[in-house]
Amino acid sequence: MTHPALTQLSEEERFFRDSVLDFAKKRVAPRAHAMDEAGAMDKDLIPPLFELGLMGVEVPEEHGGAGASFFNAILAVEALAVVDPSVSVLVDVQNTLVANAFLRWATDDQKSRYLPRLCRDWVGSYALSEAGSGSDAFALAARAEKRGDRYILNGRKLWITNAAESSLFLVFANVDPSKGYKGITAFAVERDFPGFSVGKKENKLGIRASSTCELILEDCEVREDNVVGEVGKGYKIAIETLNEGRIGIGAQMLGLAEGALDQAMRYIGERKQFGQSIASFQGVQFQYARVAMEIEAARLMVYNAARLKDAGQPFLKEAAMAKLFASEVAERAASQCLELFGGVGFTKEYPAEKLYRDAKIGKIYEGTSNMQLSTIAKLLQAEYGIKG
Amino acid sequence: MKILVALKRVADPDNANKVKIPPSGDRIDTAGLEWKPNPFDEYALEAALRLTEDGKAPKARAGEVVVVTFGPKETEQTLRAALATGADRAIRVDVTDDKLDGALVARALKALVEREKPDVVLMGKQAVDGDSNQVGQSLAELLDWPMATFAATIQEEQGALLVGREVDGGVAVLRVRLPAVVTVDLRIVAPTSVYSLKTARTHKYNDGVRFAALPAIMASKKKPLAEVKLADLTADSGLKVQYHGFEPPPARKAGIKVKDVADLVARLKNEAKVL
Ligand SMILES: Cc1cc2nc3c(=O)[nH]c(=O)nc-3n(C[C@H](O)[C@H](O)[C@H](O)COP(=O)(O)OP(=O)(O)OC[C@H]3O[C@@H](n4cnc5c(N)ncnc54)[C@H](O)[C@@H]3O)c2cc1C
Ligand SMILES: Cc1cc2nc3c(=O)[nH]c(=O)nc-3n(C[C@H](O)[C@H](O)[C@H](O)COP(=O)(O)OP(=O)(O)OC[C@H]3O[C@@H](n4cnc5c(N)ncnc54)[C@H](O)[C@@H]3O)c2cc1C
Repeated sequence: MTHPALTQLSEEERFFRDSVLDFAKKRVAPRAHAMDEAGAMDKDLIPPLFELGLMGVEVPEEHGGAGASFFNAILAVEALAVVDPSVSVLVDVQNTLVANAFLRWATDDQKSRYLPRLCRDWVGSYALSEAGSGSDAFALAARAEKRGDRYILNGRKLWITNAAESSLFLVFANVDPSKGYKGITAFAVERDFPGFSVGKKENKLGIRASSTCELILEDCEVREDNVVGEVGKGYKIAIETLNEGRIGIGAQMLGLAEGALDQAMRYIGERKQFGQSIASFQGVQFQYARVAMEIEAARLMVYNAARLKDAGQPFLKEAAMAKLFASEVAERAASQCLELFGGVGFTKEYPAEKLYRDAKIGKIYEGTSNMQLSTIAKLLQAEYGIKG
Repeated sequence: MKILVALKRVADPDNANKVKIPPSGDRIDTAGLEWKPNPFDEYALEAALRLTEDGKAPKARAGEVVVVTFGPKETEQTLRAALATGADRAIRVDVTDDKLDGALVARALKALVEREKPDVVLMGKQAVDGDSNQVGQSLAELLDWPMATFAATIQEEQGALLVGREVDGGVAVLRVRLPAVVTVDLRIVAPTSVYSLKTARTHKYNDGVRFAALPAIMASKKKPLAEVKLADLTADSGLKVQYHGFEPPPARKAGIKVKDVADLVARLKNEAKVL
């Protein structure tokens, strides 16, 4: 059997990728700078993301989605990040974390209540982290107590992407701290549930247009039938969705690096110093050739992890590696490309400095680089039967 | 309303520098070119979609939009893209570009129109590769149908279209009775250019052609795409236009700096001879 190359897209994948990129260039690019300055998503951009089917890529048609593959979601996240990593992460979280968790763990009733909304007009958020629990996510302190047919949630969540725009939150809280992580449970929380509110929004270095907020749970009432998955199995939902989500962050970082290189190549082909284009100096050639090579390597890792996932094969190690590597490539590419712009690269007149700031988040969220390394190391230890 | 839209794929106009002419100079080398739908044809498709919908609910089609292209198997990509954008059905006439000229395309389209019986044939005013600007006019002549070229606006009326054409010094407005042939210019995709009877006059479209939505891309695989042989449409496949040679445009010469306005005027007069 001969396999097509990883980067060989089907006709439909290519057309979809091109169409998202076209949308990004025509509709997102003109707003990206202002959104970055304002530190807020332009509200007019959100309806077209739904209309284009980008908010429910994998959701089956009967629930109002496109019924496409995880790989298609990855292509959309990548294509949007070429132009604006903030819009990209909005789509990424919606698909690879929120819709994904509902698709895999929700009851039929929950699916029919929430999936159509997620495809039509509801942005979603994934709320795991807290001030005291980031890398050590399962040390979370949010509590859920059962009272009659409801759960009463108390606590605070921090760093919640999309929270300013979201209508639906997948919130992780512990029903029985004495059981440790085996008390962690996932709840579908609507924005207007009593006792739920969105708190302060972070003022950030990068992906400034993507909202990152605190969530406040003060005797927040959640119907019992809004427990997603089983009580006490929230840790499993968290781990498994994040394993897939990481491929999305890899795709975001890949797109960002491609965007940075594309901008730089256009500039250095035009810009002349010493009587010739700076792209023609050998020292510069070696710099952009290396960036292009690294991007290609990151692409292979991200696409491979995504295609493994679609094929139902194990992909844990590949996903951790893809996210780790793509975020390193993005940071180097953005930094190098900024330098290729010379002085103007350091200013806000050109997009290089924004991509440079945006790149930094790739090494932090959905598991810091150290956490990816420890995942990879644990898998290697298991392969070799090494303890400790 | 049933609309037939003719679509052609052309070498990507943004990469025109990739067009190569072999030393023999008898043809254009198409190897390695990237293909795109002819932009004016994309505008024609957008106009057809706008004419067959209520702008507020563009997913529901009132009537039918059929797209047709002339080309080899690979041109089905262009048709699939049109289906993903909203067309209902596609037809590919199997033939290669070197066996076609405008007159032959018009003859074949005439036969197709007689089969399909659309109310309107919409097409781009010209293809950006050959820039011939002939097919729409020839087709209207062969069908003996009313025609409006270079449409910048179209408004549907009962049994007719009101077409605005931008001409030197103003806008000429024609009322064409249906069935008719209309060729479109780029302003047809402006936010207030096209109104079906269903679309409120206060509705504003997004500027430009619509983007294909993922569910529609997935569904386009299931939409009908038929192949037709050129010989089934016209017995006469003779070409009226013969190409005698190709050469690339002359390389642009370096510019010069002029001293002052007087120098500029003198050069415009004596060297460029434009004054
Ligand atoms: C913009 C943004 C958006 C976010 N969006 C979301 C969201 O939507 N939902 C959500 O739940 N969370 C979200 N987060 C939270 C994010 O996942 C956490 O910030 C991340 O997991 C790191 O946790 P922390 O900030 O507590 O850092 P810490 O865990 O305190 O880590 C600090 C440093 O210590 C290192 N470190 C910690 N433990 C170890 C160890 N055992 N070995 C080696 N090194 C270690 C880390 O690698 C890191 O360098 C977001 C964060 C940001 C900044
Ligand atoms: C914040 C800031 C403050 C500044 N302050 C001052 C100031 O006070 N006074 C002042 O006079 N200037 C100042 N400058 C200008 C600064 O010195 C220039 O920006 C710098 O010299 C680079 O020049 P450039 O921006 O024209 O980039 P370019 O020269 O266009 O360089 C663009 C890229 O091409 C590369 N490159 C160019 N030529 C070659 C070559 N032959 N071989 C290999 N690579 C090459 C460069 O390394 C760079 O990566 C400042 C700039 C900034 C951003």
